[in-house]
Amino acid sequence: MIEIFEILLSANFWAAALRIATPLIFGVIGALICERAGVLNLGIEGIFTAGAMAGWMAVWLGAGLWGGVLVAAFAGAFFGLIHAILTVPLGLSQHVSGIGVTLFATSLSYFIYRTALPDVSSPPRIEAFQPLDIPVLSELPFIGPALFQQTPLTFLALFLVLATAYLLYRTPLGLAIQAVGDNPSAVESQGLSVYAVRMGTVVAGSAVMALGGAFLTMSAFDAFFFGMVNGRGWICIALTVFASWRPGKALIGALLFGAFDAFQVRLQTEVGSFIPGQLFLMMPYILSIAALIFVARRADYPRALLVPYFRGQR
Amino acid sequence: MTGPTQEADIVLRLDGITKRFGMLTANGDVSLDLKQGEILALLGENGAGKTTLMNILFGHYVADEGKVLVNQSGTGLSELEPGSPHAALESGIGMVHQHFTLAENLSALDNIILGTEKLISLTSARAPARKKLAELITRSGLDVPLDARISQLSVGEKQRVEILKALYRDARVLVLDEPTAVLTPQESDTLFATLKKLSADGLAIIFISHKLAEVMASSHRVAVLRGGRKVADLPTAECDLRKLAELMVGHEIVETVRDAGSPGAPLLALQNISVGDGRDALHQVDLVLHSGEILGIAGVSGNGQTTLARVISGLEPPASGTISMEGDDRTDANARAVIDNGLARIPEDRHRDGIVGPMSVSENLAIESIRKPENQRFGLLRFSAMREKARNLIKAYDIRCQGEDSPARLLSGGNIQKIVLARTLDPEPKVVLAAQPSRGLDVGATSDVHKRLLVARARGAGVILISEDLDELMRLSDRIAVIHRGHLSSAEETETLDRGTLGLRMAGQGGEQAA
Repeated sequence: MIEIFEILLSANFWAAALRIATPLIFGVIGALICERAGVLNLGIEGIFTAGAMAGWMAVWLGAGLWGGVLVAAFAGAFFGLIHAILTVPLGLSQHVSGIGVTLFATSLSYFIYRTALPDVSSPPRIEAFQPLDIPVLSELPFIGPALFQQTPLTFLALFLVLATAYLLYRTPLGLAIQAVGDNPSAVESQGLSVYAVRMGTVVAGSAVMALGGAFLTMSAFDAFFFGMVNGRGWICIALTVFASWRPGKALIGALLFGAFDAFQVRLQTEVGSFIPGQLFLMMPYILSIAALIFVARRADYPRALLVPYFRGQR
Repeated sequence: MTGPTQEADIVLRLDGITKRFGMLTANGDVSLDLKQGEILALLGENGAGKTTLMNILFGHYVADEGKVLVNQSGTGLSELEPGSPHAALESGIGMVHQHFTLAENLSALDNIILGTEKLISLTSARAPARKKLAELITRSGLDVPLDARISQLSVGEKQRVEILKALYRDARVLVLDEPTAVLTPQESDTLFATLKKLSADGLAIIFISHKLAEVMASSHRVAVLRGGRKVADLPTAECDLRKLAELMVGHEIVETVRDAGSPGAPLLALQNISVGDGRDALHQVDLVLHSGEILGIAGVSGNGQTTLARVISGLEPPASGTISMEGDDRTDANARAVIDNGLARIPEDRHRDGIVGPMSVSENLAIESIRKPENQRFGLLRFSAMREKARNLIKAYDIRCQGEDSPARLLSGGNIQKIVLARTLDPEPKVVLAAQPSRGLDVGATSDVHKRLLVARARGAGVILISEDLDELMRLSDRIAVIHRGHLSSAEETETLDRGTLGLRMAGQGGEQAA
């Protein structure tokens, strides 16, 4: 028991939790805005991979770090556009299209990586983002090292949570996004284009997702390797439900998952000698499922989620 | 010919609108003028093309031929860009759809201002909108809680939000599609009072309806659509109910009258049936239905009729008591056995229980007889036989649809009921169970239903007619029983009853309950 409290009370643990949560924050915010507009984006896992590869590759080819972030966002937007075209005007199954985009984006990323670097055994490294010490705040006891010694992308993720909440609840565009995910004909009857709102939102949401991938190669690690996304995209889809499609709750969900993950790593070193490590690896996922069961039953679904809209249909 | 002085008053003109859906001509060469400050009723039966016409006007559909002309702020009539709700809104046309177009997860205020500001903007101008709306609300009397979520509002309040949406955009033409279909009588009165006030202020209003009384009471002019064509356009003052009904249906309305009839042997008997508890329970219900008679069951809805219908059609086993058919006990028979035994079930909620929406008309017509040899061989469906049969039934029952392959959900309510009638009555059942068979139907469709029930009776079938409409019951039934809180009174000859007595019994007063 003492060990558990020691873990929870160390600033180092909370810093790790926030670091682990960062790609999830990007992912869940991206998934959330797509779904608020009524489009489930299961392309997320592939878009993570594409963002990770594209961002890293751009920097490796000589772009600046922020240039790499921009390239990653564009890569995400590109795959988002494919998904949007297939699911919005063409009205195809969002599940099938999403899985297709994931397979396509993942494979294409690996292909480009392998074509560019046919025979490297250890992945080449780039100069990644370094933790940013926010003056004054980072010197606060405990809170400083826990929250304010992160890389810039983590701060960008936190800022995006606020920006998304503002966008959804305070701007005309946000109203349109919320309405189009609830009752598209409400949007059309007010003279707006359902397709434009949905497609724009999916493209933008996918760009945000890709930043989660970019964080992996440009901040958490400094290289790209196969299988590095490792299901983070799927976790974000679950977290979206957990968050009831609300940005604030999405942040809490991502942090919770990050905390579980950071906790299990530390617990392994404490009691790993007599409990198999795989049990600890399972923990965040089991807790996510438990949280979902608890929360999702009461979740307030966007009513038009998964429902394609066709103009002039009877 | 309209002179130039009248021309100035015209705010909207439909010129030769034609719209086809596949084989079906929904609108054929319809022309219409609307003047400022006028309330125009667009009258027609279900499926006459009223809603299609208004959807063309609002840009949801594009007309195949013809055009919409609008008087844009007194500059004369100019053509409206087809297929663009945005253009329609810009030129001052507001539409209140029958199925509300509101986002349930937003507040009333947000629904109203949605799309009225530039989308890409850092702020939403809620404060000035609130001020403008407060003025509109006091002027029009359309009171709604602006900050409440739509999902918390009543149907009447949602409709008021829809009207405010149009007024907020300074609409000069307001179109309402069957506005009273979802309202209580009191709410309808309030609505029409508001519309009159708005038209006095210069708003031009079109409302779609198939209810003659409200058209007579609340419009200045009536345009009647039938089969997609305009058959009349005249001032309301020159009409009466009968004339309108005939224009709408296209032939003289013959009041369905029941001849003397000759009830025969008992067919179906319920003895001491009890089931369930609470609102929809039945308590010791006794009922005997003879061949060649119509037995009416009167009652305010929610007094056990639904359960009674479910029990008779084998969907719900009774907790106690027995049911027999021609003397044989069939208390425990399931729905399939009951139908095979000669019961026709016309369900109360025809959209939910009467058809399978996405399936075709022919499949819906065959759905209760797919095990019969004419519809299947070695467990494989015989689609050509089913479609052949469907074509005959479509003709015989006058089902208006694009063909036997079109999905049933596309049909209007009256035509969906015709599918149900064709499917259940064509095999000449011994017992017909008709639950609220004319609810929500227009004059023509209702008289069709009545005719079919009387034909079944003349053939020797026994008909149980469950209805809330006393006129319908008195006209059709040989005997009437009243259901109240799950107790069914014994049936009495219609001739010995009057509306007053029945009304009292429906309210639970007077008349003895069955033992």
